Amino acid sequence: MAKQKNILPGFNLSLGYTLLYLSLIVLIPLSAAFIKTTELSFNEFWNVVTAPRVLASYQLTFGASLIAALINAAFGLLTAWVLVRYTFPGKKIIDALVDLPFALPTAVAGIALTAVYAGNGWIGSWLEPHGIKVAFTPLGVIIALTFIGLPFVVRTVQPVLEDLEAETEEAAASLGANRWQTFTKIIFPAIWPALLTGFALAFARAIGEYGSVIFIAGNVPFVSEITPLIIITKLEQYEYASATAVAVVMLVISFLLLFAINGLQWWFNRHANAAR
Amino acid sequence: MPLATTSQHSSYQNKVASSRATSEPVWIRWSLIGIVLLFLSLFLLVPLAAVFTEALRKGFDTYITALTDPDALSSIKLTLIAAAIAVPLNLVFGVAAAWAIAKFEFRGKSILITLIDLPFAVSPVIAGLIYVLIFGMQGWVGSTLIDHDLKVIFAIPGIVLATVFVTFPFVARELIPLMQAQGKDEEEAGLVLGASGWQILWRITLPNVKWGLLYGVILTNARAMGEFGAVSVVSGHIRGMTNTMPLHVEILYNEYNYAAAFAVASLLALLALVTLALKTFVEWQVARNASSHEKSFN
Repeated sequence: MAKQKNILPGFNLSLGYTLLYLSLIVLIPLSAAFIKTTELSFNEFWNVVTAPRVLASYQLTFGASLIAALINAAFGLLTAWVLVRYTFPGKKIIDALVDLPFALPTAVAGIALTAVYAGNGWIGSWLEPHGIKVAFTPLGVIIALTFIGLPFVVRTVQPVLEDLEAETEEAAASLGANRWQTFTKIIFPAIWPALLTGFALAFARAIGEYGSVIFIAGNVPFVSEITPLIIITKLEQYEYASATAVAVVMLVISFLLLFAINGLQWWFNRHANAAR
Repeated sequence: MPLATTSQHSSYQNKVASSRATSEPVWIRWSLIGIVLLFLSLFLLVPLAAVFTEALRKGFDTYITALTDPDALSSIKLTLIAAAIAVPLNLVFGVAAAWAIAKFEFRGKSILITLIDLPFAVSPVIAGLIYVLIFGMQGWVGSTLIDHDLKVIFAIPGIVLATVFVTFPFVARELIPLMQAQGKDEEEAGLVLGASGWQILWRITLPNVKWGLLYGVILTNARAMGEFGAVSVVSGHIRGMTNTMPLHVEILYNEYNYAAAFAVASLLALLALVTLALKTFVEWQVARNASSHEKSFN
């Protein structure tokens, strides 16, 4: 297609407003975090972000986020499969409810999960006699992070499953493949980029999560204290520079994840278009 | 081609249902459904039910008392104010950004789209922190604010700013792909027929994207009213002054006033359910419009 002049009006106004608003609300405030850390020398910065208590919080935050994202990848795939392929009573309601973690305020999720999984709660009172303590342990952190990441995998895999052509599966079956072979050789290769994207989104969301975790975690230093809580604690003690140092570490990791996810989606779209 | 895919769906589902070779045995099907229902019950339904049960545990009178408490009412008011400012601001931004990105070609467009997504990647706690660094007592403009007797942090403006930040991308993200898919033929036709830029926006573009717009507004509003982490950092937790509903829930909960905490929480849970219902309704409208389009094309 030849490049033609765009005749629509409003380009300067809309782009100008977009850039101004983006700068004022997002870019300038975010740059404040990076500038604030320059108040610290490199050694001070390093000591803050590698203090044993902070290191323990990274371990919990990233470890629990990873486990939660893996749980969501497995059950999210299964949920998407069941919602696309099968019919059962109440399916429409279940489909709508999958988005509950997006819509329910995190603080409400936090106190609700704590109430349910505490020693005297509906599920906790049933688990505790078996020696499984959920509330106020790292396990509670995993439960909360699984809750808030639940919709991501379902919502990225679901449309891809819906668009799969029935013909390829029929061809596989007519060539003698059983259902499991068809799934691993035909269906899974088609949906795994979406699965990976959903996993990465759930993981990224879990790393920064605060509201739903702090109620159920118990927040014991070195045991169940997440990194965002470390930032809050430092802020409450007016240690702005060191709070910001930890925040910058998290920001850099989050940005890398965001770029990885965008790259994944770009690659995935190219892949999908090439297949057509 | 969205029109083609919708017609494929229905024929595809019929095929799956009718063909044994591309479906699982009944017992596998029902065990998979069972596992999913158990998983979703443990993580979604039981906690949701717990909110309402705990809220009403001490009876309906306690419930009403908790909700009509002056501090609770002031938290509801503040939550509504924050959402009433954040939603329109991000709505206007979303339309402007989508207009520039979907209707024009320019360098750095994909970088701009990534930058619009940034607030999703930032932890809510950090979203609050950055405004403290700028407007706080020791912040960039902190002393200027004190000189003019203005308060941003530990006051309503800070809460609004933090809310705007966390809900920043929602409308833009809904509108950009939608307006890209619709192209600009109709707008150009309007221009040729003599419409002004604003007329094109009001009469052509916005009616075409109304459902996407509504979808974005619903998501923005839900997040604005429910935000906790970011608001918690900038609020200062002054009862009856700078507490939003989620913060009020936290204070009551930490005071072991569980019935009252869950009573306020139940309002937020109701809001979430209304959000889901509206969202489903909009999705249903979009699907219905798509299929009626399809009929008129055939």
